[in-house]
Amino acid sequence: MAIGKIKEGLYGVVAEFNDPQTLLDAANAVREKGYTHTDAFSPFPIHGLAEAVGFHKSRLSLIVLTMGILGGAGGFFMQWYANVVSYPLNIGGKPLNSWPAWIPITFECTILLAALGAVFGMLALNGLPMPYHPIFNLRRFDSASRDKFFLVIQARDPKFRLEEARRLLESLGPREVTDVPW
Amino acid sequence: MATKDQTPQHEVRPVTQETRIPERFIPVPTIEPGHSFSTITDHISTIVLRKKTPIGWLIGFLIALGGVGLLTVSMTMLIGKGIGIWGINHPVGWGMDIINFVWWIGIGHAGTLISAILLLLRQEWRTSINRFAEAMTLFAVASAGLYPALHTGRPWYDYWLFPYPNTMGLWPQFRSPLMWDVFAVSTYATVSALFWYVGLIPDLATLRDRATNLWVKRIYGLFALGWRGSAKHWHRYEHAYLLLAGLSTPLVLSVHTIVSFDFAVAQLPGWHATFFPPYFVAGAVFAGFAMVLTLAIPARKFFKLEDFITMRHLENMGKVMLATGMIVAYAYAMEWFYGLYSGNVFETFMLKNRATGPYASMYAALWICNGLAPQLMWFKRFRTSPFWLFVVAMFVNVGMWLERFVIIPASLHRDFLPSSWGMYHGTVWDWSFYIGSIGLFFALLFLFVRFLPMISIFEMRTLLPEAQAHAEHEEH
Repeated sequence: MAIGKIKEGLYGVVAEFNDPQTLLDAANAVREKGYTHTDAFSPFPIHGLAEAVGFHKSRLSLIVLTMGILGGAGGFFMQWYANVVSYPLNIGGKPLNSWPAWIPITFECTILLAALGAVFGMLALNGLPMPYHPIFNLRRFDSASRDKFFLVIQARDPKFRLEEARRLLESLGPREVTDVPW
Repeated sequence: MATKDQTPQHEVRPVTQETRIPERFIPVPTIEPGHSFSTITDHISTIVLRKKTPIGWLIGFLIALGGVGLLTVSMTMLIGKGIGIWGINHPVGWGMDIINFVWWIGIGHAGTLISAILLLLRQEWRTSINRFAEAMTLFAVASAGLYPALHTGRPWYDYWLFPYPNTMGLWPQFRSPLMWDVFAVSTYATVSALFWYVGLIPDLATLRDRATNLWVKRIYGLFALGWRGSAKHWHRYEHAYLLLAGLSTPLVLSVHTIVSFDFAVAQLPGWHATFFPPYFVAGAVFAGFAMVLTLAIPARKFFKLEDFITMRHLENMGKVMLATGMIVAYAYAMEWFYGLYSGNVFETFMLKNRATGPYASMYAALWICNGLAPQLMWFKRFRTSPFWLFVVAMFVNVGMWLERFVIIPASLHRDFLPSSWGMYHGTVWDWSFYIGSIGLFFALLFLFVRFLPMISIFEMRTLLPEAQAHAEHEEH
């Protein structure tokens, strides 16, 4: 991790926008210039913005699928183990492996683990909870959860030159451009 | 022909206000005009962040708290003396405790329906009522869960319901619908809580950023988990939300299906019917929408949310109530068909007893509340009147309670042998539990509207036309 190296100094250059369209166009323009370490912040999800800052595929579906399969298999195994292996009871010669009666619990276990996977998987992939993040050093960042839109070019971007990044962002119609420290 | 080609231009009818669309075809908006990102944010978050607590809230909360007190006393009494303080005995072993359990669990279903199923169906109007309805789900499930847990008689042994390797070497009975219920309801409670919390995270961040008091800021900040609205986060967030909706949809259908198995799997006339699962699910949605209306109509007035919870929402909920009410009435009719067509003497007797027996008045009231009252919703005049919607919703709330009464004690009290016939009446403690659980539900709801945004702020922002952004290369 290169975090130690860039802990001091500059986190990046941030541009603030008034509306989602300008932000989306700006994010696309910055990506087309070859920047790879960018991020955008908005008060609500904007379609296509994640792709504009270079996000491709989320692994969330895979996590949820895996957890769902685990939940279903685990739930069924639990009932099978209890009734066939651990405590078999012969009731009128009926089969011990009475699987149709176990379907409801198997189903509920599938849903439960898949849902847990969706929530905690999302949080983990997003790196949340994260109480401290340098973007909060931007004084006007409070409005990112209200009505303003932000785009950052991070200092750790291999293509990052302070003057150049600042000039690029200035040209994209921002409300203002600010340097944000770590 | 030539003359037609030379039609002068002024005859082409210009598209102005002259092209009049009849008013009834213009949809009522889901959000009143004149709002921006900031006004939505401020309006909804101020309800939470304002320092002064409205006196009306305080009075309501204190009354609800009285109910919680009553519940606490009742629970103490029950644990001390046992479930003999309730009116249940042979042959009626399930009384108001199970009626109330099913009633509450049913009410909860509308929340999940609104937040999950309507999301998948892209019904935009759900946005301003989903948070509220989800909270209602959560608190209804909390109230519901109390009953079976206490009905065990020795609630301190309730952990035996969960399968864990124990020194007794025993397992729960996985083949029993009651055990399925444990899994269904606990999964439902967990997933509803997750769904609700995930929906809250971005709004908690808004509250964190808008709060002026340091401690208020810190507490909201703690629960906001450091949310910063990053585009990549939003992407995964929406993905997770959609997956949760997809998972909740079969879940909510399964929960009331399994609740109906509690009855349908037993071999009692009046319970043993194959149509119970769809009938129960429709009834749950019916009851739930009635409760959402019961809560939303006063809340939108009190908190001045008419701009966000518009007439369109109320009208749509009235329509859902009508549709599900008709399904429920159809099920009541089918009960007669199945019973009579079976030719079984016990089935026929059950129906006759239901209509003319000791609980006949409740059965008649059930038809009036659930069959007749919702028919008002056919008329736009009633559908668009908050007063009438509220009246019909109250009828449905009562009707759905009566439905469970008719199903549970009214089927049990006439056993197969006349020598084991009996009667059931709720005791003072049955009623105190019921009133107490209503108190708990409202107390939680009052806390919710005071401390959390009752309308999803970030989703409301997306409803504004200026929220639409399109990438250049994406245009079709």
